[in-house]
Formats: sequence, structure tokens, C-alpha cells
Amino acid sequence: MSEVTRGKVSAGLARRRRKERLFRLCGMLATTVGIVFLVVFFADLIGKGSSAFRQTFLRLEISFDTAVIAPQGSIDLQYADFDLLARNALRDLFPDVSGRNPLRELNRLLSVGAGYQLRDMLQQDPGLLGSVQSVWLPASSSVDMLRKGNIDASIDAALRPISDAQLAWVAALQRDGRLELRWNRAFFSNGDSREPELAGIRGALMGSFYMLLVTLALALPIGVAAAIYLEEFAPRNRWSDLIEVNINNLAAVPSIVFGLLGLAVFINWATLPRSAPLVGGLVLALLTLPVIIIASRAAIKSVPPSIRDAALGLGASRMQVVFHHVMPLSLPGMLTGAIIGMSRALGESAPLLMIGMVAFIVDVPGGFSDPATALPVQIYLWADSPERAFAERTSAAIMVLLGFLMLMNLAAVVLRKRMEQKW
Amino acid sequence: MQGNTLILILAATSVVAFFMGRARSLKLAGAPRIRGALHSLPGYYGYFTAIWCLLPALLVLSLWLSLESRLIIALLVEQLPAAQQALSAGELNLLLNNIQNLANGDAISGTADAMLQDAASRYSSYMIASRRLLAVVTLAVAGIGGVLAWRRVHPALRARNKVEQIVLVLLVAASSIAILTTIGIVLSVVFEALRFFQKVPLSEFLFGLNWSPQTAIRADQVGSSGSFGALPLFAGTLLITSIAMVVAVPVGLMTAIYLAEYSSRAVRAAAKPLLEILAGIPTVVYGFFAALTVAPWVRRAGEALGLEVASESALAAGLVMGVMIIPLVSSLTDDAINAVPSAMRDGALGLGSTRSETMRKVILPAALPGIVGGVLLAISRAIGETMIVVMAAGLAANLTANPFAAVTTVTVQIVTLLVGDQEFDSAKTLAAFALGLMLFTVTLSLNVVGLRVVRKYREQYE
Repeated sequence: MSEVTRGKVSAGLARRRRKERLFRLCGMLATTVGIVFLVVFFADLIGKGSSAFRQTFLRLEISFDTAVIAPQGSIDLQYADFDLLARNALRDLFPDVSGRNPLRELNRLLSVGAGYQLRDMLQQDPGLLGSVQSVWLPASSSVDMLRKGNIDASIDAALRPISDAQLAWVAALQRDGRLELRWNRAFFSNGDSREPELAGIRGALMGSFYMLLVTLALALPIGVAAAIYLEEFAPRNRWSDLIEVNINNLAAVPSIVFGLLGLAVFINWATLPRSAPLVGGLVLALLTLPVIIIASRAAIKSVPPSIRDAALGLGASRMQVVFHHVMPLSLPGMLTGAIIGMSRALGESAPLLMIGMVAFIVDVPGGFSDPATALPVQIYLWADSPERAFAERTSAAIMVLLGFLMLMNLAAVVLRKRMEQKW
Repeated sequence: MQGNTLILILAATSVVAFFMGRARSLKLAGAPRIRGALHSLPGYYGYFTAIWCLLPALLVLSLWLSLESRLIIALLVEQLPAAQQALSAGELNLLLNNIQNLANGDAISGTADAMLQDAASRYSSYMIASRRLLAVVTLAVAGIGGVLAWRRVHPALRARNKVEQIVLVLLVAASSIAILTTIGIVLSVVFEALRFFQKVPLSEFLFGLNWSPQTAIRADQVGSSGSFGALPLFAGTLLITSIAMVVAVPVGLMTAIYLAEYSSRAVRAAAKPLLEILAGIPTVVYGFFAALTVAPWVRRAGEALGLEVASESALAAGLVMGVMIIPLVSSLTDDAINAVPSAMRDGALGLGSTRSETMRKVILPAALPGIVGGVLLAISRAIGETMIVVMAAGLAANLTANPFAAVTTVTVQIVTLLVGDQEFDSAKTLAAFALGLMLFTVTLSLNVVGLRVVRKYREQYE
């Protein structure tokens, strides 16, 4: 190398090294962006949502007064005033409260669900009638928020959802040990509700469950059959090229367009019921079909041709080769694809908005054509609610959703690891 | 009889048919079985019988169920008094709904007068009759099919070939569903969009500057005549997509480069699954995060800098959407980089260039088509993304390029126009389908081009 060249090279070396370091730094920063986002996101989510799993309860000495709930001698479960039992018990604790408005404020410490809980207790054990029991009853959501520190008691009374008198009562209850954060069972056993302290995700979970059942029942067999045909039987011609291009494009079509399809075809043309898990499942099946087909084809491709050749050589028909040898060997890959497709379907909400699964539904759905909503849609609905207590529950519902998704993905990974076959 | 029970009975019948067909083949072949006396394995005779028992019956069942409600409603309308028959389509629909609800014992609107009661009882009797007839017809078809097939079972019958033919037809049908879905999407969107363009001219839709889809319900209502100029929506979509791309493309690209070229094995093994988590988070969750966490931050940061920031700024939605797309860009870039033959990399390094020089001057130019294809796919993803913008972007259609202002997008408007009950043939509802058509066309062309580029490029170096 000539002296001149060497001089040129070494003159630029410092600059080039600096550039190299800079480039490397950019790469590192870029990688951290995604990871930092993930950390911030999970910290924010858990910070906001973990308190929703516990809820404030009030301990009251309820006397199941015959005069109140069974004036005619037997309990009328539908019309008896169970709320009054709780109200009376609360009033006994603060005997000096009088007047219509102060009493009403006092009663607002309790959730409207308190009466229902007492009713259910009596329904289960009618022997309670006439006895006095110590019962933990759900407090109203403003008491709950106060207890969890989400309401600033020092600001002007008009600006907070809880009055000065209520603050004093809550403080007194707390002193007596009558106020406690306990496991929020309602969150997992109730359907949606307008009252945050009664709202739960069971309805949405069941809706998602029924929907995924329909999706799996349709998408898995159809997807596997389509993959088998395309990989093993389809002649290389225009038609199969068309199908191939089609599937790849369908996988990238925005999900909301599938919602439009569902609305126009399943609801308006085929007059299937709105808001039903059946229709949701149909739409999600179309949505996940490309995912399953693509994964199943990859699984079939990975089966070595020697297996096919050996079976054909022993006199099996092509169909027998596929169903006796290729399919069992590629089944783990297909199932992995199905699980990944299902986890995509579980998180999908845009197409469900189109087919009316955003309705406010209190009842837990019990079948494929009952009105229902899905877990992601429930998250969307709650995220829209202005109450602070719903924000907490939204985060908790997201944690449940992410938990399910992680379980599914974990199952896929484990399945792939365990069944992986090296040829 | 319930549909579920009927299907169970059919399934049971076909299982019985399987064993009967199989038994008959064995019996006809004679005992002890002579090798080669049967054309196919005995099981295939069973499948043959079972298929003929099940398939025609299922066909009848699905046809019946798809036509049933239409026929019954047509019958019902025919027998309604003339006054009711003359009602407008909407009112007639309401009436029919009432009749059905009354028949099912649900709450109805208005009073249940004699006409309604009468119609409801007729409706339920039709339903019962139809279901009974359905059960009889389906089971008869299953029986006849099964018996005919069973009688055809004979040692010379090429049962395996016949069964395999039918299975092949089923496989073809399954793979055609993808095509049917595309056709379904195109038809459903195009038809409604055409109806929309009869009410609103195409030029106004494409180039109009004013979007306010609220139409008057009554003729004497003031102020809401509805205008459907979609340009602000396209601009809003473009704005949010650009913000997302500004985040996703550099970050995704550099992430892929760093993980492929610089990072240690351990870092790569940890970072890749973490980034995959990013891809697996549902969009509604991103939307929640954008609306409740990022948007207030952006707003506060903007206010600290003395800027006026809308609480539903395009910036917040775009930033979060960008993060969502990072894994897509980075994995497609990774593919493209890995497809470049290592001889090119080795050559450049051997000539004394640094790793960044190799990357910037040799590998990236060679991988560029693949990366561009990936970016096209990412843009299509951003345009079609719905939940983030529904939750974090605004509803007001502002024509602006200011990222701190609130804009709305095509997908947001589709959702707002279609959520809730409304008349299906109002311009407002149909507008959603016109927007859907635009969305589908644009994303489809981006996908077709992007996929083609990605694939062609991958093959080039193979």
C-alpha cells in the first residue's frame, strides 16, 4: 500500500470510528425504545389496575327482620325490601343522623348491590330469617375510591364525589374496623353493570368463550383442509395461484373490513341475530382462517418427501398418504397455528363493533345466540366511561385479557418445543 | 325439535350407517375373507355409506334453515290485513319484529291487539310446523341416502376411490372459502357503496372538504342536511399514518440492524421475544394506553412548551400506533437483511469497511426493495388500524396538518357511523360502506404491491 493511501486511510479513521459508534448507539437506542415502552406500559397498567382486584366492603350487623322482609310470614324474594335491612343496620351505627337528606347521604355509602347480596343469602339459607348476622357488604364506588386513595379529601367538597359528612362517617367506620379491602369476587362473577363496584367481566369472558368456540370449530377444520389441498393436491395453475395470492392478501386486510362483511352478509342478508356470539365467531373465523392456512401449510411443507415416497411406494393412495402420514406428523404445527390464530381472534375488537357486540349487556350469555359482548369490547366500553372506578377496572380487565393471551402463546411455544421433530 | 338434537341424531345415524356398510362389505366378501375379494378396505365401504347418509341430509338442513325465515315471513305478510300490508318497509319490519317478539314471549313495543296476537300465534304455529317438517324431511333424506348406498355396497364397488373423490371435493371447497370471503367483502362493500354514490356524487365524496354525516330524520328539522366530503378524513388518516411511520420505520429498521449485526447472542435472545410481545398486545389495549396515558402526557408536554394541544391529538394516537408497528417493520427488515448473500457482506468487510459502512453502503441498498415492501405493508396496517384511533383520536373532521390538533380517520368514521341501530339504507350508514370501499381498495393495493415486492426480492437471491 502506498504511503499516500495509508495517510488517507488513517486520516479518515477517527471520523469513521466515530460514525461507527454513533450508528451502533442509534441501533441500541432503537432497540431500547420498544423495550422501554413495554416496561412503561406494564408498569402503568399494573399501577392502575391491580387495585381493582380488591374492593372496599363494610361490615354491618344485619338483623334479618321478619317485619321488614316477610310481613306476611313468608319472604317474597322478588319484592321484599332487602336494601332496608342494610340501611337499618347502617343507621343503627350512626343513631344521631336524622333528616331525609343526611340519611340519604348515609345510605349512599353502600352499594346498590348490598340488597341483592342479602337476598341471595336468604335464598340460600332461609333459616337466617329473624337472626342477626355480621355481614360484609360492598361499599359504593366513591367510598371504594376514597379508601384506595383515588379521591383527594382535601379539595373543595363540591369537586369531589363524596361529601364532608360522608368523609366523617367513613373515617368512623374505618376506626371501628368496619371498612376493609377484600377480594373483589364480583369482578369475576358478574356481568356488566352501570355501577362500577358491581361490574364484572364474566359476561364478556363467556361471550369471548362462545365466540372462540365457533371460530375454532370452523376455522381449524376448514383451514387445515384448505392447507392440505393447496400443498398436496392443487395443480400448479392459475386457480391455485389465485387462491394463494388471495389468502396472503386476506391476512393483511384490515379487520374492520371483515366487520363490514359480517354486517352486510351475516346480519343484513342472512338475518342472523345481532350481538350474538355466533355471528362474532363466524366473522372471527374468516379473519383467522388465513393465519391457520399459512401456518398449516408451513407445517405440511416441513414433512420430508421421503415419508410420502415411502408410503406411496408401499401402495398407499395419495389421500391415504396425507391422512395417515403427513397430517399426523404436521399436526403439532397446525395446532400451534390454530392457537396463534385463536389468540389473535381473542384480542380482536374492531369487527365486533360492526356487528353490534358493543351493546350494554348485563346478563351472562348462556348460548351461541344470546346477546353478548367480548372481553376486548368490554375493555373498549369501560375505557369510555368517565368514572375513575371504571378506569381501574379497565386496566384489570386488560390484565386478564393479556393473561389469557400469554397462556395461549405459552401453550403454543410448549407445543412447538415438545412436538418439534428433527428430520 | 331443536336443531342441535337433530344434528346429534344425524351424527348417530351416520355412525350406524358406517358400521352397517362395513359389515355388509365383510359379509358379501364371504367368511373367511379371501384376500383381494374386496376392492377396498372394509372401512371405506363404511365411510361410503356414512357419507351418503350424512351429506345430503346436511345439505337439506342448511338450505331449509337459510330459507325458512324468509318463507315464513312472506307467508305471514300475505295474511296480514290489507292496511298493514300497505305499510312502508320500515314500519312493516317493526310490526314483524313485534309479532316475533310476542310469539317468543318477549316484551313488545305498543299494545298487543287482536291482530298482533293472531299473527303471533300464526307465526309460532308456522315455526313449529316448519321445524317438524324439517326433522321428518332431513331424517328421511338421511335414511334414503343411507339405504341406497348400503344396497350399493358390493365387493366390486370402488369404495375407496369414491370416498376419496368426495373428500377431494370437500378439500377444494374448503380452499375456495378464501376466495368466497374476498368476493363477499368486495360485493358487500361495493353494492352498498354504489347505493351511496346514487345519493351523493362521487366527486363530492372524494374532493369535498366538509364532513358532517348527521342527516335530518324529519324533513322539518333544522341544520343537519349532512355533507359527505371525505377529504378531511383522508387527510387525518394520512397525518396519523405519517406520524406512526416516522416512529416505526427508523426504530424498526435500526432495531433489526442492531439485533442482526451488533448485539450479543444473549441480548438478541432476550430482545426478540420482548418485541414479539409488543406485536401480540391487542389493539384495544394500545388504544386504552394511548387515550388514558399517552394523550395526557403529550398534552402536558405540549403545554409546558407553550403549545396548544388538543386532548385527542393526532400525535398521541400516531405515536402509539408507531410503537405497535415497530415489530412488523423490524421483522420484515430482518428478513430482507438476512436474504442478502453473505458473500456481499464478507466482501465489504474484507475490503476494510466498518460494519456500519457495510450496512449502509452494501447491505441496505441490496435489501432496499424488501424493506420498501415491508414498509408498504406497515403503511397498510396503519391505515386500517381501528381501535387505537377510535379510542385516542377525535371525531371532528378537521382538515389540518398540525399533529397537535384533533383529527379523525376513515376507520373512526366507519365505526361511529355503524355502531348502534339505524336504518340500513340511510346515506349515513351507506357512507360507512363507501369509506370501507376506499379503505379496502387502498390497503389491498398496498398489500398486493408490498407482498409482491417482498417475495420477488426474496427469490432474487435464492
